[in-house]
Amino acid sequence: MSSDILQSGVKPDGGSTPQSKAPPVNKPKFWNDPKKRSLLFQVLLLAALGFVFYTIIQNTLTNLEQRGMTTGFDFLSREAGFGIAMSLIDYTEASSYGMTFIVGLLNTILIAVMGIFAATILGFILGVARLSDNWLIAKFSALYIEIFRNIPLLLQIFFWYYAVLRTLPTPRQSLEFFGSFINNRGLIMPAPVPEDGFGLVTIGFFAAIVASWFIARWSRKRQELTGQQFPVFLTSIGLIVGVPLLLFLFSGLPLGLDHPELKGFNFKGGITVIPELIALWLALSIYTASFIAETVRAGILAVSHGQTEAATALGMSKAKTLRLIVVPQAMRVVIPPLTSQYLNLTKNSSLATAIGYPDLVNVFAGTTLNQTGQAIEVIAMTMAVYLTLSLLTSFFMNWYNARIQLTER
Amino acid sequence: MKYEIQPTLPPPSSMIGVVGWLRKNLFDGPYNSVATIVVGYFLISFLVPTIQWIFIDSDWIGTSRDACTSGGACWVFIANRLDQFLYGFYPEAEHWRPQLAFIILIGSIIWLVLPQTPKKGLVATLLLVVYPVIAYFLLYGDLFGLPQVETHLWGGLTLTLVLAVVGIVASLPLGIVLALGRQSDMPIVKSVCVTFIEIWRGVPLITVLFMASVMLPLFFPEGMSFDKLLRALIGITLFQSAYMAEVIRGGLQAIPKGQYEAADALGLGYWQKMILIIMPQALKLMIPGIVNTFIALFKDTSLVLIIGLFDVLAIGQAANQDPDWIGYSTESYLFIALLFWVFCFSMSRYSQHLEKKLHTGHGNRA
Amino acid sequence: MKKTLISAAVLMVAMTGTAMAGTLETVKERDALQCGVTSGVPGFSVPDDKGNWKGLDVDVCRSVAAAVLGDATKVKFIPLNAKERFTALVSGEVDVLSRVTTWTQTRDTQLGINFAGVNYYDGQGFLVKKELGLTSVKDLDGATVCVQSGTTTELNMADYFRTHGISYTPVVFDTNDQAAQAFDSGRCDSFTTDLSQAAGLRTRMQDPSAVGALPEVISKEPLGPVVRQGDDTWFNIVKWSFNAMLNAEELGLTSANVDKMKAESSDPNVKRLLGLDGPKGKGLDLADDWAYQIVKQVGNYGEAYERNVGKDSPLGLDRGLNALWNQGGLQYAPPMR
Repeated sequence: MSSDILQSGVKPDGGSTPQSKAPPVNKPKFWNDPKKRSLLFQVLLLAALGFVFYTIIQNTLTNLEQRGMTTGFDFLSREAGFGIAMSLIDYTEASSYGMTFIVGLLNTILIAVMGIFAATILGFILGVARLSDNWLIAKFSALYIEIFRNIPLLLQIFFWYYAVLRTLPTPRQSLEFFGSFINNRGLIMPAPVPEDGFGLVTIGFFAAIVASWFIARWSRKRQELTGQQFPVFLTSIGLIVGVPLLLFLFSGLPLGLDHPELKGFNFKGGITVIPELIALWLALSIYTASFIAETVRAGILAVSHGQTEAATALGMSKAKTLRLIVVPQAMRVVIPPLTSQYLNLTKNSSLATAIGYPDLVNVFAGTTLNQTGQAIEVIAMTMAVYLTLSLLTSFFMNWYNARIQLTER
Repeated sequence: MKYEIQPTLPPPSSMIGVVGWLRKNLFDGPYNSVATIVVGYFLISFLVPTIQWIFIDSDWIGTSRDACTSGGACWVFIANRLDQFLYGFYPEAEHWRPQLAFIILIGSIIWLVLPQTPKKGLVATLLLVVYPVIAYFLLYGDLFGLPQVETHLWGGLTLTLVLAVVGIVASLPLGIVLALGRQSDMPIVKSVCVTFIEIWRGVPLITVLFMASVMLPLFFPEGMSFDKLLRALIGITLFQSAYMAEVIRGGLQAIPKGQYEAADALGLGYWQKMILIIMPQALKLMIPGIVNTFIALFKDTSLVLIIGLFDVLAIGQAANQDPDWIGYSTESYLFIALLFWVFCFSMSRYSQHLEKKLHTGHGNRA
Repeated sequence: MKKTLISAAVLMVAMTGTAMAGTLETVKERDALQCGVTSGVPGFSVPDDKGNWKGLDVDVCRSVAAAVLGDATKVKFIPLNAKERFTALVSGEVDVLSRVTTWTQTRDTQLGINFAGVNYYDGQGFLVKKELGLTSVKDLDGATVCVQSGTTTELNMADYFRTHGISYTPVVFDTNDQAAQAFDSGRCDSFTTDLSQAAGLRTRMQDPSAVGALPEVISKEPLGPVVRQGDDTWFNIVKWSFNAMLNAEELGLTSANVDKMKAESSDPNVKRLLGLDGPKGKGLDLADDWAYQIVKQVGNYGEAYERNVGKDSPLGLDRGLNALWNQGGLQYAPPMR
C-alpha cells in the first residue's frame, strides 16, 4: 500500500563511483527499518497466537482428562438409539450417530433448497412491484418489505408455528382439499407411486431437456447468421412438458396415487409435510424475500436510464426491453448480494432447532451432542458444514464476478 | 392584426386533481386497473378485520383473562406482564437502574443524531468508552451501596439491549484491528485476519452461541467460570467483530488512494496516517454500515433464548405458556414484533438518511 | 487491542497456575451456594412470581446451604437446560446440580460427575388425552409423541417402542415445557417424560382433568443431586446433607419439633444427628450442628416431599416408591454414627 518513495530514491551521491571508500553510513536501527520491523511484528503475532492456541488446547485436554470424558470420532459409528421425526433416507433407532449427521444435513439442505426457491420467486416479484407505476402495488410491496425486514426471524418462525399452525384442527377434523389434508400434524398429500412403464416417461423428460438445449444452440447460431428468430423458450416448454405427458398418456397412465387414510391416530400413506417444516419454510421465505426484493430493486435501479431510453428509441417493446436490456444488466449487480442472501438463508435455517424441525443443528448439535457429550467434535463438525457451504459460495461468487465483469476500455 | 398569445388552457379535469392522480397511479391501462382492484380488495379484506381485532374489539384494562370478553385482541395480557417484558426478573425495587441506563443511552443517541448539537465527538467517545462502565455498574450493582443483581435475573428488553449494545461497542475496536490487518501488506497478519473473519462469517450465530455455552468452559482452566451471559457476550462479540471488520474495510476502501499517498508523502508513519488522515474520513462513511450491522445484531439477539437466556422474545414465550393466559400468543408476538420493528425501522431510516447525506464527499469512486 | 487481549490471556494463565480450591472453601468464601436447577418444573424447581425458588430439588440445595453456611437462604439458583447442565457443573458454574437428573452409568463414569444420592425414585410414563380412550402404551402404534431432547427419556422411548415393535414419530423439543405445550395444543398424541414431571406439567395444561397417564412405567429414573468428580469432601457433604433429611424423617424430627427434641430427647440416634454426640461435623469440615440446621431451616425429607409434590400440593403425588424403607418405599439412608 505505502509506496516507499524514500527507499527507491536515487543514491545520495548521484551514482558517481566514489574513489575513496565512504565512511559507512549510519545504518538505521533495525526497529526503524520497516521491513525488519514488520517481520518482527509478524513473528511476535505468530508466537502470541501459538501461545493462545496452545493454552486453549492444553486447558481443554486437561479438562477432558480430569472429567474422564472421551474424545475422538469413534462415537460416529455407535448406535444412536433415538428416533428422528423426519428423514429423507432410511433411518431407524439402530442407525449410527454418523447417520444422524447425514439425516440432519439432508434436512438442512432440503429446507435451504425449498427456502431459496420460494424466497427468490417472491423476492423478485416484490422487487419489481416496488418499482411499479401502480401506486397501490408499489406501496403494498414497500409495506411488506419494511414490515418483514425489521422483525427478527426467530419471532416470525414462532409466530407461524405457535400462533398459526397450532390453531389448525386435529387429524379427525382435518380440512380436506383435492385429496390432501391439512391439520395440526402438517400437510398430508397423496404420494405418487410410479408403476411399470413410468421409466419411459422419465427418459422422455430428460430427452426433452437435452433436445431443448440443442435447439437453443441451433437457434442462436441461426440468428447470428441470418437474423431470423426462433421461439426457443416456448418450444422448450412445449417439449419438456409435452413429451413426458404424451408418453404418459400412451403408456396407459403408469402412475398410481397413494391416498392418505385416517387410521387410528393419524393418516397412513401419502406424504406428510410436518408443521415444523412448513413454519420454518414460510418464515424463511417471507423474511429472506424482503431482502431479495431490496437487492432486485437496487439492481434494476442500477441500470442507467439511458439504456432503457435507447431501447425505446430502437423501438423495442416494454417486455423486450425488460427481458433483453434491463434484466441481464441488473443481474450483474443482483447476483452477488443474492448469493449472500442464499447463504444467509441456509445459515438461518439452523433456527430450526427452536421449533424442533430435525435439521443438522437440531439433530446433530442437539440430540447427538447431548447423548454423547462430545461437544467439541460435534460442534466442530457442524461448523465445518456451514463453513464449507459458505466458502463454496464465495468461490462461486468470485468466479461469477470475474466472468461477468464489464470489460471497459 | 394583433398577434396575441392566448393563455394556455387548463389540462382536462381527468388529468389533474384526485381523478388525475388516480388515473395516473392506479388505473393506468387495463392491466394496472385489474391489479389495483385485486390488490385493493385483498388489502381491505385483510386490513379491516385486523384493525378491528387490534383496536376496536380489543380489551385493554383488567387483571385477569376474565377481562377479555370482546372477542378481539387481549392487551390485558401484555399490560399485566409489561414489567417482565421490559426488565425480565429484575427486582422491582431496582427498576430505576435499567431505566436510567436506558435514558442515558437514548439521550446520547438523540444528541448524536440531531444535526445542530455541539461536541458530537466528545459525546460519541463518552458513549463508547465511559457509558459501558456506568451501565455495567448501574445494572450489576455491588458498588456505592447498590444491591447486586445477578445476571440470570436480567431479562426482557433490558437484556436484548445489553446484548446488542455490548455486542456492537465491544466488536468495534476488534473490527478495526481486523480490518486494518486484512489490508496490511504483512502476509502473516493478513492471512490470520482473513482466516478469522471468514470463519466467523461462515457459521450461523446459533452454533457460535452453542460453542459459547457448551465449549467455552472447556477452553479455560478449571475454576475459571464465567456466567452464561458473559459467555454469550463473548460469542456475540467475536461473531460480530468479523462483520464489523468488513464494514470498516468498506469504509477504508472508499477513501481515495490519493489520501493514502498524500499521507505517505508527508512522511507520516502508518499509525499517524491511519489515526489522523484515513480513519476520521472513513468513520463518517462507515456509520450507515455500522447502523445496518447493529440492526442485524439487534434482531439476532433473540437467538439467545435457544441457550436459555431470557431476552424479550423468551419472556414472551414463557408468558405464552402461563396456563392462566393460554391462547393469547398472537398478542405477545405482535407486541414483541412491534418493539423490534420500532427500533429497527427507525434505525434503518436513519441509516438511509445518512447514506443520502454522505453521498456528497467522496461519492465518485468508479 | 490485540496486545491487551494477549496480555489478558497471559494474565489468565498466570492466575490459574494455582490448583483449584476445594468447592467447600469456594462456597464459604462466596458465602453463597450456586445451585443448578431447571428453568421451571413444578414441584421440583420453579420460581414463584416473586422469583423465590421452590421445589424438592431446590430443598436439596437449601439443605446443603444450611449445613455449610448455616443459612438455607444463601443459595443462588441458576436455571439450566438439559443440554448445558453437565457442562455448567464441571466448569464450576454451579457447585451442585439438582435438576431432576437421572443416574446412569454413562453419566456417572464418562462426564466427570458423581451422583450424591437419589432424592426421587421416578419412572417414565406417557400422558394422553383421556378422550382417546387408550388403555396401554401398545395402543400408541402410529402415534406422534412429544419428548424433550437431551434426556434419557428420548432413548428409553425409542428402546421401548423398538422392542415392542410399535411405530411412532418423535417430535423433539428443547425443554419439557415446550414439549408439554405442544402436546396440549394437539401437535402430538402423547407426551412422554418422568411421571413426577408429567404431574407438574399437567397442572399447567388448559384442562388438566382431560389428561391422564397410561399405566405402563417403562423405565427406572432415579433422580438425584450431582457434584463434580475429584472433590470427595464436597461429595460427602452433599450426600450426607440429603441423608440427614431422610434420617430426620425416620427419627420423627421435623422443623417444628427439632428444638424441643434437641433439648429433651435422650435417643442416641437423635443426639448424633443433631450433633450433640457421635461424629458431629468431623470429616465433613462442617460445624457440629450442621444437620440440626438442615432440619430446623429446611425440614425433613417427608416435609419437603409433602410441601412440594405430595398430597396437598398441586401435583398430589403419593409417596409410592419414595416412602421410607420401613413404610414400603425405597428411601433408605445409611445411619449417622
